[in-house]
Amino acid sequence: MKKLFAATVGILALCLLLAFGDYALNRQTNQSGRRTVTIYNWGDYVDPALISKFEQQTGYHVDYETFDSNESMLTKIRQGGTNYDLVIPSEYTVQRMKREHLIAPLDHRKLPNLHYIDPQFMNRSFDPGNRYSVPYFWGTLGIIYNDQMVDGRDVQHWSQLWNPRLKNNVMLIDSARDVFAMALITQGDSVNTTNYHQLRKAQRHLKQLTPNVKAIIADEMKMYMEQNEAAVGVTYSGDAREMMSVNHHLHYVVPSEGSNIWFDNMVIPKAARNKAAAYQFINFMLEPANAAQNARYVGYATPNRKAKQLLPKRVTADRAFYPPRTTMKHLQTYRDLPLHVLGEYNDLFLEFKMFAK
Amino acid sequence: MKKHHFTWGGLYLALVFVILYAPILYLMIFSFSAGKTMEKYHGFSFQHYADLFADGRMITIVINTLIVALLASLIATIIGTMGALVIKDSRGTWRNSLLSLNNVLMVSPDVIIGASFLIFFTVLGIRLGFMSVLLSHIAFCIPIVVLMVLPKLNELSPTLVDAAYDLGASRWQALSRVVLPAIAPGIFAGYFMALTYSLDDFAVTFFVTGNGFSTLSVEIYSRARQGINLEINALSTLMFFVSLLLVIGYYFISKHSGRRNRIVAVKEGDAQ
Amino acid sequence: MRQKVFFTIPYTLWILLFVIAPLVLIFYQSFFNIDGQATLGNYATYLTSRVYLKMTLNSVWYAFLITLVTLVISYPTAYVLNRLPNKQFWLLLVILPTWINLLLKTYAFIGLFSQTGTVNQFLRFVGLGSHQLLFTDASFMFVAAYIEIPFMVLPIFNSLAEINPSLINASKDLGASQWQTFTKVVWPLSLPGVKAGIQAVFIPSLSLFMITRLIGGNRVITLGTAIEEHFLTTQNWGMGSTIGVILILAMFIVMFITGEGRQKGGHRE
Repeated sequence: MKKLFAATVGILALCLLLAFGDYALNRQTNQSGRRTVTIYNWGDYVDPALISKFEQQTGYHVDYETFDSNESMLTKIRQGGTNYDLVIPSEYTVQRMKREHLIAPLDHRKLPNLHYIDPQFMNRSFDPGNRYSVPYFWGTLGIIYNDQMVDGRDVQHWSQLWNPRLKNNVMLIDSARDVFAMALITQGDSVNTTNYHQLRKAQRHLKQLTPNVKAIIADEMKMYMEQNEAAVGVTYSGDAREMMSVNHHLHYVVPSEGSNIWFDNMVIPKAARNKAAAYQFINFMLEPANAAQNARYVGYATPNRKAKQLLPKRVTADRAFYPPRTTMKHLQTYRDLPLHVLGEYNDLFLEFKMFAK
Repeated sequence: MKKHHFTWGGLYLALVFVILYAPILYLMIFSFSAGKTMEKYHGFSFQHYADLFADGRMITIVINTLIVALLASLIATIIGTMGALVIKDSRGTWRNSLLSLNNVLMVSPDVIIGASFLIFFTVLGIRLGFMSVLLSHIAFCIPIVVLMVLPKLNELSPTLVDAAYDLGASRWQALSRVVLPAIAPGIFAGYFMALTYSLDDFAVTFFVTGNGFSTLSVEIYSRARQGINLEINALSTLMFFVSLLLVIGYYFISKHSGRRNRIVAVKEGDAQ
Repeated sequence: MRQKVFFTIPYTLWILLFVIAPLVLIFYQSFFNIDGQATLGNYATYLTSRVYLKMTLNSVWYAFLITLVTLVISYPTAYVLNRLPNKQFWLLLVILPTWINLLLKTYAFIGLFSQTGTVNQFLRFVGLGSHQLLFTDASFMFVAAYIEIPFMVLPIFNSLAEINPSLINASKDLGASQWQTFTKVVWPLSLPGVKAGIQAVFIPSLSLFMITRLIGGNRVITLGTAIEEHFLTTQNWGMGSTIGVILILAMFIVMFITGEGRQKGGHRE
């Protein structure tokens, strides 16, 4: 009995010690103490140097937490109990959050730097008048290829991915909407179609792609493309840039017949505790010098007109990342679809994955 | 026995051991490589260990994982021991249904445990994070403790307890002076097994964690998806030696307390 | 008496809250569609759409293959192990890898199997050229079997160890060949262990989800993958729960076939 009691006390003491260690460890990085602003963002999606700069300028402590999909982020916000001050969802999720009354309308008077945003990225259909959101980065869905393994001319268009010569050499992103977008565009339909027959047709089309599909993965694609594991990948522009910086044989193409264009946006949740700091952070990130620095670090395209001018010419002239007007015309944004339609996308995608061999 | 039989068998066994240990050794060897990938060995270096200890987030996560494991196992051991006492005192169908209910979480696939706990926490409005992970770990560790303590209780001779009562002991005295000391090895073994279950869990935690709270398994999953990072190799080497120490320690405890190798018994999960 | 109640409360509370309630909830949730309306639609979808039925069959087929591979590797291992001196020590060595985090072992295989990985380097070295190893059915099943081997070896080893040696001697004395002794005496007596092993491997194989992604490249969809996807990605908890209910049913069927008497445990994905 004594032994049991002693063991219990010992374990509890150990836990306390560990908890204290944890506290001490986090206190070191948390000198400013009480005034914190909690930012919920995609992993590695802001230059850490900018966070420190913001902390120094304002005296706030930034708590930076990350998510890896809009859906998981949405679940956490919906679940409640969270107190994020600033969240960075994609456009269709902004629409959803708006509908579910999860985000607060923005007071534009508190955002003097908003005018730096290029007008073509303002007032988009997912948030008319930018009442709830400020664009953070934008990008495209496209094809990344390895010039050692495939001729660039053979992978300029979506339909070319069906070429039998690419057998077992194409990696797809694990996302129902993106994979369907690719198929819907090749058959000339909208990426937001709610027409079941079009979807079904797209899926039949996708099934013919299966001999070429090597894997359907997410973040892992970076590593595999960098290591020459596959010739072609379907991925987002920002990830593509990262891969290209490691492996110089990789190139990124936005098919001229059309693709998805997406926006990640800063929004303030209704449940935010420190709205003042959130506004300050948005303004800080809109500052052209900061936005340019962030764009250089993250590698995605900035919607900030002034910041774009500060970027090196070779970046902004790169048609893969800032596509020409003719391509831009064909790019479509995702709209938030009714849940049962999304369910159909997901079920058809699951079926596609099952047969992807 | 014929001699050649042994040789073939020995060869086969050697092959199986090579397969079992090759991936683990592979991880460990590259943790000492100066390179950045697991393709080519680049000369001996402690670089990745240095990186690991400098990685504040990783250390916080290791601490979190340990706190959850230690605390969850402790609470599970207390409740599980009570449960074993309850089952021991029950009779007939009631006892059988208790035993079956006890084993539900042992046989359920992790995905089911994770998914159903996620619904449960959402319905109750419990915030996903440390608390939900701790509660889940307590929940799936309890049946293991029960299964470890119950055989010890069954071995306990009833006359011993009766003797204590005859000598005028209260229930509490009988429990604390006679029963608990007798089953203590089972309780320690239960705690140890709960600890390894909790440390090893990925699937359940993956479902019920949130709000930036992460345990080692979940963190390794997200890092492994971002690519090979030899810091993970360094971590796995350290973890291998820690588990080795735990197993050796446990091996001696169980040798000390009973004839049958209880590690074997519980991995099989044979209740009686 | 008060003390007894005091003991009963926490444990019963645990049974009610963490055993019964979650099962009831997953069953309850399976009657709601993605828009949150009560419906039998999920079951209708499951039973009528080719997708889910085929996925279930696929999943069962893979689990069967994984179990078979594991059994074929494990039975001889347990058999040889059982004849060694110090067999408990060697058995412990077989079990030791189960204490290494599952994720780490999977992670090792990513490095081993990639195009530039060690296995391909070796294949090129011996002149076989490099092959696609990651994202194949073979590698998926290999890694799954690798993880399950100890859980199969254990029960078989125990049932072999329990066989009374005099039975084997008797068989030999009666003139049976070694093969006859094996098929007529050893194998039938070790059958309970084999059944327990199958139970310990088959159900987790049905519900694998992390390996299907990391090693299978999401080209293998098991019941577990589908549940994870519906709960964490597509947010269709109703359908996820429906598949969960099916998985629970499958579990009961497997337990019934492999003998309801034995309790298995000690195994997580």
